[in-house]
Amino acid sequence: MDIQSIIQNGVESAIGRDAIVYALAAIGLNVHFGYTGLLNFGQVGFMAVGAYGVSISVLEFGWPLWAGVLLGVGAAVVLALLLGLPTLRLRADYLAIVTIAAGEILRFTFRAAVLRDFTGGSNGINGFADDFYRPNPLGTGDYGFWRIRFSQNQLWVILVGWTLVALAVLLVWALMRSPWGRVLKAIREDEDAVRSLGKNVYSYKMQSLILGGVIGAVAGMMLSISAQSVQPDNYGTATTFFAYVVLILGGTARILGPVIGSIVFWGFLSVTETVLRQAVDQKYIPNSIMNSVQVGQVRFMLVGLGLILLLVFRPQGIFGDKQEIALAAR
Amino acid sequence: MIRKGLALTLVLGACLLGWGAVAGAQEPPTTTTTLAGAPGVPPAPGTGEALQGTLQYRNADRDNVPVEGADITVETADGQQVTEVSTDEDGKFRVDVPGPGRYTATIDPKSLPDGVSLVDEDRASLTVTVNPTQARTVLFRVASGETPGARTDNVFDKAARLAVEGVSFGLIIAICSVGLSLIYGTTGLTNFAHGELVTFGALMAYLFNVTLGLHMFVAAPLAIGCGVLLGFGLDRGFWRPLARRGTGLIAMLVMTIGLGILLRYIYLYQFGGFSRTYRQYSLQTRGLEIGPVTIVPRDIFTLVLAIVVLVGVALFLQRTRMGKAMRAVADNRDLAESSGINVDRVIGFVWAGGTGLAALGGILLGLSEQVSFLMGFQLLLLMFASVTLGGLGTAYGALVGSLIVGLFVQLSTLVVAPELKNVGALLILIVILLVRPQGILGQSERVG
Amino acid sequence: MTERGFSRVRVDAFDEVPEHPGAPKPDPILVADGLTRRFGGLSAVAVDHLEIQRGAITALIGPNGAGKTTLFNLVTGFDKPNHGTWSFEDQRLEGKGAYQISRMGMVRTFQLTKALSRLTVMENMLLGATGQTGERFLGALIASLWRDQEAANRERAVALLARFNLTHMADEFAGTLSGGQRKLLEMARALMAEPQLIMLDEPMAGVNPALAQTIIGHVRDLREEGLSVVFVEHDMDVVRTVSDWVVVMSEGSVIAEGRHSSVVANPNVIDAYLGAHHGTPLDREEQDRQLAEADAVITAEGEAS
Repeated sequence: MDIQSIIQNGVESAIGRDAIVYALAAIGLNVHFGYTGLLNFGQVGFMAVGAYGVSISVLEFGWPLWAGVLLGVGAAVVLALLLGLPTLRLRADYLAIVTIAAGEILRFTFRAAVLRDFTGGSNGINGFADDFYRPNPLGTGDYGFWRIRFSQNQLWVILVGWTLVALAVLLVWALMRSPWGRVLKAIREDEDAVRSLGKNVYSYKMQSLILGGVIGAVAGMMLSISAQSVQPDNYGTATTFFAYVVLILGGTARILGPVIGSIVFWGFLSVTETVLRQAVDQKYIPNSIMNSVQVGQVRFMLVGLGLILLLVFRPQGIFGDKQEIALAAR
Repeated sequence: MIRKGLALTLVLGACLLGWGAVAGAQEPPTTTTTLAGAPGVPPAPGTGEALQGTLQYRNADRDNVPVEGADITVETADGQQVTEVSTDEDGKFRVDVPGPGRYTATIDPKSLPDGVSLVDEDRASLTVTVNPTQARTVLFRVASGETPGARTDNVFDKAARLAVEGVSFGLIIAICSVGLSLIYGTTGLTNFAHGELVTFGALMAYLFNVTLGLHMFVAAPLAIGCGVLLGFGLDRGFWRPLARRGTGLIAMLVMTIGLGILLRYIYLYQFGGFSRTYRQYSLQTRGLEIGPVTIVPRDIFTLVLAIVVLVGVALFLQRTRMGKAMRAVADNRDLAESSGINVDRVIGFVWAGGTGLAALGGILLGLSEQVSFLMGFQLLLLMFASVTLGGLGTAYGALVGSLIVGLFVQLSTLVVAPELKNVGALLILIVILLVRPQGILGQSERVG
Repeated sequence: MTERGFSRVRVDAFDEVPEHPGAPKPDPILVADGLTRRFGGLSAVAVDHLEIQRGAITALIGPNGAGKTTLFNLVTGFDKPNHGTWSFEDQRLEGKGAYQISRMGMVRTFQLTKALSRLTVMENMLLGATGQTGERFLGALIASLWRDQEAANRERAVALLARFNLTHMADEFAGTLSGGQRKLLEMARALMAEPQLIMLDEPMAGVNPALAQTIIGHVRDLREEGLSVVFVEHDMDVVRTVSDWVVVMSEGSVIAEGRHSSVVANPNVIDAYLGAHHGTPLDREEQDRQLAEADAVITAEGEAS
């Protein structure tokens, strides 16, 4: 067993692109589900809208990147409004179904050959991220310590990405400790009580949806910019599910939950994968049980199993409070 | 109690993994498809990327005739030629490419035999993206002068054909989703893993039919039996202890998501990433002709069986004691309990029966289309749309909703591109929830 | 001072009021006309005319299924009537949402208490305050804008908690409170909103007798502070002790109004409670009515899950 490889891969994944993207997506989801109790299963739809917003405006309209980012954010707001109008009056499980449907509709639409000229169809869009990499102050070369190495572009993504995560965390922290945040948490507990105290519950839910959706859109933008491409099949329902795993792992309604959850999640997945892959390559696990392609699949099996075990044995996640979870009305 | 449940789950898991031993070595892993929405799959270049396809056309008897000897050139995105091949006697071709990325496949129209030509001259050259470990299928559409109906198709004929397909599809959805609706009605749980229960039936039938060589008439009932056991096991070993522990419905809903992910990847692990068909009844081209519509024997059987089963379910719910008890619990659980109904037992039946039905639906789906690890998951949204449309919690609602969704999905291809046909159903779902959230047959108290 | 002494002023207000359903009041704070709510074919509420006197404690009584909670829901905007108009402080309320009506000064509590479990008692209280700049999105971002308001609200909350004997629980999760403590919290929280009219839906249901006495005392205090109170109650002793006026509902309509003494002697009221056909099983309509009323309670309790 090559321990060093295992640690190297683990650390690289824990601080790398995927951890950043899922941290952001989960922060947004935390606003929806953790604080407001909205069962939004269409978070990936916000990510897609952010990613396509940025890439289409840069490639088709020739806009500079910052303008594309603004368009992506604007598109996320519009999506939140469209999504919220019919659904925010519905109960949790209905909201879940409808938001999944919305996410899939978006994916189908982006994927459709019919709109190919615009969206690249099932092949997606490439080559729009130059504006992002141009201001990179780091010179060409390898950066890192020990065996953990990143190219200058990768490190730039990491720096910018975690800065965005920090900003998002700060924003959510400031909001949730304010009376506004208190109303959201109250809505999560009982909407009618909140109404009886004079608050416009519908409006608050919409604000929550918009806020979390915008943060999700930023996650999508980071994903597409760092990969320098937008592939519609990367924005399917499975991504939302994984964001939920990250969120619950870290602890819902906790400021740092999504961040630590994401780091632990990707670090753990990477470690497991490397261990399994080595075991298979070195025949510790015979090929009749597992071959190298199946290793990738095992990690997702673990995700599914892990989620179940998490909810059964430690529903409060890493940072959550057991008593608080026990008090949950549902 | 939880330990028992976990033990049961682990045993089940071990069985599923052990299936690998029974099935023997898995087929070459070159055709694993990347899954929708799973970024972070690490690229492993040089392991099996390829372009492949089958060149064929339909003749007057609606048989697929392979085209041999057509020349196909494959180039990289930079224009460098990879290789040039000719289709073999089955019309098949396969080109290994040096790694994931974009490639262009071009067919030489002059190399096609007499009387055969490209359907669309502009699409002689196709550019596709090959993902890691993927053998990407490339489809060149060709037709011969003999291809029937291609140009004489008018809207009514097409509509008639689509309507029949729609009803057939709708009936299959109905069988799959009755369980979903009743589970929700009796327990309040929205089961996001229900698609995997459908796939379970189809895959078990595949195991019995193809791997073990049993005829479908034996394999299918066996698979349904496995489905019933799975449903029963899930309720007894998993949901019931959790409910007793006081786990909330939202937590259980998220658990069904975890369960779905787990099962889906177990299926992928065992079954592989590409679609397959059963040994019997899969390839049928000749059938009964009623006007513009041709129905093959398999589809007739599916239709008849589906109707029989659904009528059977309806009668069961109306006439038998257990059926009435199910409806009572779904209507008002506390009231049913205080009337002396053993709610736990009823719920056990609902899970067992609902999963069994889902298994049957999966087999029918696998017969009319193909068996793959994603087949149930892809149906999940349509199931939700159907059940919500008809009224979550009622069995008849599932039936009505499924027929409407099935028809809508198929008929919408008259006006919309085929790849968007599911979108229509999803849009109905959203509209319904706007206008009448309880669905056609549901009760208004339940919703929001 | 005697009981009568405390309420002398209010009792005077009712001196001229005739004791029949729909009686006009000298200074009504809430007026309802032709309010109807049907469920399917069943009439859950059918109130011709009802006026609630300002500054008094009005008890709303009636057998199960009479429509009391449904009436509460209609009047406070938690349910939509089929027909009818009503107004609060001369402002028409048709079409207004529950939160709007609450802001106008009519606050209700719930029969099945809604303590917000995962918030602390103090957070519950602070939520009750109205007009908070910090509750707006942009306002929330700049802490200096709402810090002072929050401090002032906190002071009020501390005072109210002390009055209701909940000080020691201030930083505990509301979900850990006992049933009786939750009733107190809900009342205290409603008071944070500084209402003019407070509607209490069975404020003493399921509470031990000692605590019930405390709550009665609190209800009286409300009147002394100038609030108008309507409360649903089943215990006739409580009604006798604390109410200035009694409204009796049965089968969806108001069948009697008056002071406790006259209402208790009213043969219609006796019939309604005992059932004119008492001893015989409930007929279909009666069952439906009771089920509809139960449904209304459950709906009011919230379709949160």
